[in-house]
Order: sequence, then C-alpha cells, then structure tokens
Amino acid sequence: MLELDTCCKSFRVGAFGTKELVAVRDVSFEVRSGNVVSLIGESGSGKSTIGKMILRLLPTTRGTITYDGTDVSTLQGRSLREYYADVQGVFQDPFSSYNPIFKASRVFTMLRSEYFSSLSRSEWSAKLERSLEAVSLEPGDVLGKYPHQLSGGQLQRMLIARALLLDIRLLVADEIISMLDASTRIDVLNLLGELKSRGLGILFITHDLSLGNYISDETIILRRGRIVEMGATEKVFGDPRHPYTQNLLASVPHLHEKWRHDRVVAAAVPASADDGRALVAVDEGHLVAAGFGP
Amino acid sequence: MSLHVDDLTVYYQSLRGDVKAVDGATFEIADGEIMGLAGESGCGKSTLGKSLIRLDTRMRYVRGSVELDGQELPVWDDARMNPFRFRQVSIIPQYALSALNPTRRIGRMAVELLKSRDVAVDAVLPEFRRRLELVDLPQDILERFPIELSGGMKQRVVMVLSSLLDPSLLIADEVTSALDVSTQRAVAELLVEFRDRGFVKSMIVITHDLSVLYQMADSILVMYAGKLAEKAPAETIVNDSRHPYTQLLLSSLPEVGVRYAERRLKGIPGRPPSLLEPPAGCRFQARCPVATEKCDEQPPFCPLEAGHEAACWKAVA
Repeated sequence: MLELDTCCKSFRVGAFGTKELVAVRDVSFEVRSGNVVSLIGESGSGKSTIGKMILRLLPTTRGTITYDGTDVSTLQGRSLREYYADVQGVFQDPFSSYNPIFKASRVFTMLRSEYFSSLSRSEWSAKLERSLEAVSLEPGDVLGKYPHQLSGGQLQRMLIARALLLDIRLLVADEIISMLDASTRIDVLNLLGELKSRGLGILFITHDLSLGNYISDETIILRRGRIVEMGATEKVFGDPRHPYTQNLLASVPHLHEKWRHDRVVAAAVPASADDGRALVAVDEGHLVAAGFGP
Repeated sequence: MSLHVDDLTVYYQSLRGDVKAVDGATFEIADGEIMGLAGESGCGKSTLGKSLIRLDTRMRYVRGSVELDGQELPVWDDARMNPFRFRQVSIIPQYALSALNPTRRIGRMAVELLKSRDVAVDAVLPEFRRRLELVDLPQDILERFPIELSGGMKQRVVMVLSSLLDPSLLIADEVTSALDVSTQRAVAELLVEFRDRGFVKSMIVITHDLSVLYQMADSILVMYAGKLAEKAPAETIVNDSRHPYTQLLLSSLPEVGVRYAERRLKGIPGRPPSLLEPPAGCRFQARCPVATEKCDEQPPFCPLEAGHEAACWKAVA
C-alpha cells in the first residue's frame, strides 16, 4: 500500500544553514493493509521525520514515497485532499494537538466542513457517534468539552476517532501513547490492534521496544537515520543480529528479569560503521546491515 | 533508620481550594536503601519527593514530621532547611536536562554553585573531577557549555553535582524518563553505584516506570491519588503485590515477549479522582474490582508482614 524507496532527508543547520544534517538515509520499507509496522529508534534516529515525510509535512530530499503506485510528492490540490482521506497521522502530545480556546470537538467540525459537507446533521452525528464508540468513548463524555477538561487518553482517542471518520487505510501513529499513563495506554494500544484486524495499515513510531513488540507484525530498527535491522517482529526480537539491536534489547528493563551484565555489547560498534552497508537477508524476511549477519 | 517520615501532609493552594497531593505519608528508609517511588502522573510522587527538601510557593505544609539520621528536618521552614540542603538532603530535579545554566561553562557553573552554598571550593574540586571521570565524562567537560553535551552527559553532570557533598538522602526525580533505553540503563546503574560507593547513604528514586525500579531499587513505594498504596521489597511488589491497584498496574504493562496476538493486556478502567475534593474512604474505590462497602472508610497503611505494608482492607483480611 505504502512504499518508501531509498528515502533521504537532510536539514540545513548551523549559522545561516551552512551545515548539513542528514536525518534519514536511504530508508526503504513497505506498509501493507492489516499490518502494523513498528519504527523503533532512539532520539535523533529520524523516526518522526519519516512519519512527517509520509504525511507530506516535510518534503523528501531524495527517494520516493509511493502510495498505491502514486508518488506522494506529486500530489496537489484535489489529489492531495484524497490522499489525506486515506492517510492520517496522530502525534505524541494530545494536549498540543488541540487549540485550547476551542472545544475539543472542533477537530470533528473542521473535518466535516472539509470532507463531509454534503451529510445532513443527523447523518453526521450518527457517523460521529459510531467512530467515537469504535474508540470506546462515550459521546456525552467528550463532546462539548474543552481540552483541559479531558484526560490525555480521551484526547488521544478522539484524535484516532477523527482519523477513523475518514475511513482511512493508513495511520501514522507517532509516539501516540508515550504521554499516557500506564493504566490507560494499553487500551489505546489494544485499539490499534482492533483497527489492524479491520484492515488498517499502521506505522507505529516509538522508542519503547516493549510497546513495539506487543503490537507490531514487523519491526524496523533505526539508528542515525539508517535502517540497521528489519523483519518480522518475532525474528528481530527473538534473534537480533545487529550489535546495536542486541544492545537495545539488553537495555530494556524487564519486570521479571534483572539486567544481565554479560549481555551488554555497548559502544562496540559506532554508528559510522553502518555507512555504506546494504541490508542483506539473514533469514526469510529478516534483513540486517551487511557484515553483522551470520 | 536513615529517614523516617510520619504523617506528612502537603497540599497545593489553588483558587478553588486545596489540592490534596500528599496525604498522610508515613514510611521509613533504611541506611543504604534505594527506595523507588512509583505512581501515575498526578499521584503526588514528585510532591512527596520535593516536600522533603523544599516546598515551592504553591505548596503548603499541613502536618507531619520528617526525621533524617535522628535529626528533625524543619521542612515547613524554608530558611531553617537551608543548612540541610545539598549537604544532608539533595535532589536531582525533574527536567535535570535543563537544570544547567546555558550561559556558563560546566566548571564555572559548579564553582559558582559551591560558593553560593559556602563550600570550600578548592577542597571539593579534585573530588568533583574524580567523580566526573568515574561516570565516564571526558576531562575537558569543565570547559564545555551545556549545549555541547548530550542528554545522558548532562544527566550525569547533574548527578555528580547533586551528590558531591555525600548527602545522606538523595532524591532522584524522573532521572531516567527522558533518556533513551541504553542511556537509561547506564544512568540507573550509576545511581546504584553511587550508593555502593557511599556517595549517598540512601536514595528515593521517583519514576512512573516500574520496570526500571525493579532493576535498581531495593524497595518500591506505590502511590495512588495522594495516598500511599503499598510499600514492599521490589521483588515482592512485582511478584506478590497485595494492593489491587499495584496488581492491575503491573498487569497492564507490556513487556518484551508479550504480544497482542497471543495475550491481550487490559488497562484499568476509569481515571484517578480529582484531588481537590477526593472521595472519602479509599481513593481507588471507584476503579477497584474488589471494592466493598467497607472501602468507604479509609484503610490504614499497615504492615502485612515484615517490610510489606499496604493500604487496603482486602489485603489485611
């Protein structure tokens, strides 16, 4: 459905933009319908940049992003509007996604004027109720309230409901549960699981390996803008080949198992070691930067 | 006992009334103990940590006492607390990453800080350098500006500064939350090492992340809506907790190895009560699956066995 082909993104930084910062290097992967792909990386790995490029919030520097065979960068006006009817994003901080001086349900009315102006009032409210129910929100609880009167979990679920109103096919979920409390974030995660079984493709961007492991079918590990390992989640987590992935996994705090001191291979491989290494298959559907394989 | 807190109650003043953020906290920390303080956002864990060293202007001391190494801490008196701060009680603040003065080099900032606290700078500086080296920071760090350091490096500078005078109690507020997993592990292990080397006698580590606490803390205290819910050795909290809130919270945490397709985890329905007018009785009552009429009365925070305390009628019975 969505395909990234050797995407690169560089930013101009420093005084007068004299330096170049390469945030994303030669990233290629695919998101299919009914699939959850986790994009896992530490801060500065370029994971959010990739999400923003897919949503056309940032242009790519090189490479192409295609959606159902169409190059996303060529979309304009009407075709772009249709693209957004299929592809939507939800971001990390629910509190800054709403304008605090308007009621939270304004996100729905804005959507209505843009996409559903032909629907009658009753059809619209029925549709709205259905999508709020899909994210297990009580319409009476959330409609007509201001953002500060709602919890982070409720706000985040409203944003997902807003995306669902459009009958989207692909959701870019950028750290959507990092801000939520432990007792409520699992509900949002389970909601993603349900959406997936309805055929939605989800790009789940996170720094939390256990969350990525819980929900995703495929996992991509990013380091300094480059994919170092990717493949089916059970393979990447069960049999990590790249030292960086191994190190990440060894650092995850577990609840029933203490950190093991023999498992750290920290700093053994600097990020620059990945330069110029292509991804090679070590197993069916399990790719690792060349040289770290078998 | 290194630290002894008895019925400490601290409210926030607001226009609509008092926000009862810490209500009747009673606990002890032994010498050399690292106690994890866990709970969800808004449960009062940071307030409890802060009230042991400095009440900010919105916080109002209501009652209770704090005793450190047999000496009473006058937590309600800002001026009288001053001799204790930094020397006996020290804190690594939340957002420590932005705690460093951006206009000063690290070395100069440290000197200014020590002078402001009337510490003999020349006597302390060699130890400061030694400790910076110990936490794997390069020699030239004193010449650098904070902007030149990564998040993990800044966190380590703040850790070294906060514990420089070997305080008896160190409060670490969300020190690992903003860091990446590998840095998070390094910082957590350094905190344990600080205790092992005797830089600090005991420690309170405040975080929302129970799995990090399990890795580093000796005991864990779980708070819910301003009240203490349960305190026990880390192993007991994780494997044999008795308070329904702790149990539900633990069962909602995804771990590496648990997959949606195989085992579906459940959250806790509902949300914490407002602390402006918290309900009478147990504050977890409305979300608790095993609540009974008895829960209209506040359960005492009482010992179940040695080192294990919980505030729940069910746990006592």
